[in-house]
Amino acid sequence: MYTFSSKLKTFSIVLMVLGIIGIGIGFMSVPNKEEVKEMIENAHDDHHGKATAHAHTTHHEATPSSSHDTHKTEVKHETNEHDAHIEHVLHQQENKPWSAFYVACIFFMLLTVGVLAFYAIQQAAQAGWSPILFRVMEGITGYLLPGSIIFFIVLLLSGFHMNHLFVWMDESVVAKDHLLQGKSGYLNVPFFLIRAAIFLAGWNIYRYVSRKNSLAQDEANDITNYKKNFKWAAGFLVFFIVSESIMSWDWIMSVDPHWYSTLFGWYVFASFFVSGITTIALITLYLKSKGLLEYVNTSHIHDLAKFMFGISIFWTYLWFSQFMLIWYSDIPEEVTYFVFRIENYKLPFFGMLVMNFVFPLLILINTDFKRLSWIVVMAGIVILCGHYIDFYNMIMPATVGDQWYIGWSELGSIAFFLGLFIFVVFTTLTKASLVAKGNPLMEESKHFHY
Amino acid sequence: MSNKVIHAIYNDDDVLMDAVKQTRAAHHHIEEVYTPFPVHGLDKAMGLAPTRIAIASFLYGLVGLSVAVSMMRFIMIVDWPQDIGGKPSFSFIDNMPAFVPIMFEMTVFFAAHLMVITFYMRSKLWPFKKAENPDVRTTDDHFLMEVGVHGNEDDLISFFKSTGAVEVKVIEKH
Repeated sequence: MYTFSSKLKTFSIVLMVLGIIGIGIGFMSVPNKEEVKEMIENAHDDHHGKATAHAHTTHHEATPSSSHDTHKTEVKHETNEHDAHIEHVLHQQENKPWSAFYVACIFFMLLTVGVLAFYAIQQAAQAGWSPILFRVMEGITGYLLPGSIIFFIVLLLSGFHMNHLFVWMDESVVAKDHLLQGKSGYLNVPFFLIRAAIFLAGWNIYRYVSRKNSLAQDEANDITNYKKNFKWAAGFLVFFIVSESIMSWDWIMSVDPHWYSTLFGWYVFASFFVSGITTIALITLYLKSKGLLEYVNTSHIHDLAKFMFGISIFWTYLWFSQFMLIWYSDIPEEVTYFVFRIENYKLPFFGMLVMNFVFPLLILINTDFKRLSWIVVMAGIVILCGHYIDFYNMIMPATVGDQWYIGWSELGSIAFFLGLFIFVVFTTLTKASLVAKGNPLMEESKHFHY
Repeated sequence: MSNKVIHAIYNDDDVLMDAVKQTRAAHHHIEEVYTPFPVHGLDKAMGLAPTRIAIASFLYGLVGLSVAVSMMRFIMIVDWPQDIGGKPSFSFIDNMPAFVPIMFEMTVFFAAHLMVITFYMRSKLWPFKKAENPDVRTTDDHFLMEVGVHGNEDDLISFFKSTGAVEVKVIEKH
């Protein structure tokens, strides 16, 4: 049995408290209309019109061409256009703490879902090496329930117009926008919330049942619970791949409701799947370093590191496929997505490529390195930060536009969810033996050697 | 005397592994082991140095990448920077996404083929090469360990008999 070390518990609580303070400061420091006005006028003095032109390319209302027209007339300082611009920047500023919270929230929740998918794959594939890590994975997926509750509350708040994260939820915008009207059969608040509820419920039910069967298997004399888990895993994976795809359209792609990409679901999947595997590796190494995972050897770590390496490459493949197809054809309605990101998010956009691809590629290609804890931990931290930035790049440009920076809201949200994640995960780990001793493949897993 | 070798023949890979370990423990120099299939762990038991072919392959990959980059930079950007369908041929980085598929394939092509050729050269394999098979049964179901004879021949023979060999022969090697 694992006991939650008091140091780590204090650490997680401190993170949560600091996070709440940061989130609070973020919400308090949203500028009001007058401050925004002042801000814009200062920016105009500095580099006339340049920054505002970018802001207008993501203008939520109307079509891109008309927003360029707005810009031209706006330079002449016509009062009503100027007001519209102030209104726009104000909305972006108001969105900032919400988006920061949303990005951290969805990142940690989907990371858990990535672990759940990995767990189900290991069960369904009857992998011989991984059963020794099942309790670690079950511990991580313990975060799924609290994570998805908080996430669903955020979606509910958006649905009740507490924020402007999803522009298609604003009826006054939809009334002026033909494209959004055309999509309103799918993108409407009740249907959106029902879909979200079904997906979150489905994942949580699988998590609950598989955990229950896994614990029951420890005490059992036969392997009926194991067989049940096998069938549940297979069923879950089918449900997962469908729900994951739709989830990515709903929760991530729909912040840019004028834009669409067909491989987006896979891309999002690869991002949180590799984050999930990395988290398994990091928590395994932590527990191992405390001497709690007797049977975990460097071959298990080596296998996890291989997955981190392989899925990082897979993520890059999807990132590049999506980027290159859109860059190559250069169709205006699709390419604005990347044009805006490259113009206003150059460092995060290309920085994440270095963190998620180049770094793991060069570090984790070496077999000996994949067995060294410190290398895996270092690569893991870089990969996790990189994929946070990946989610940041997917959400922020649509909600705050060029008004982004990493400040109190972002760091506070990360700290809060990281603290909560550590607290919940390690509490779940204390609830059961760290070795799933009833698993019929356990003996093989204990002696796994590569 | 000096170029005599012992051929100890086994019919099971587990027995062979034990025999290799005993032979190493007794400090007899193993010249070669012939097996019909890869025996897992045999290289470790024999104390062979790990292969460096993966490192070679990585370097070949870098060569392939350099070839692809310099080729396309010269052709598409330096030599004749045409406007082809509006693609930006001003600098390499401007047009890089279009080159990535070729850069990738060339890296893989060089890494794979040069590694295979390296393998052939290092293990001396080529068409019309004379097979170096001391006993035809080693390609089917027997395992053969070849050990140079230094010192007492009869002692060696009885040693290999004791390791479970089904047959021990002394061969004059040319």
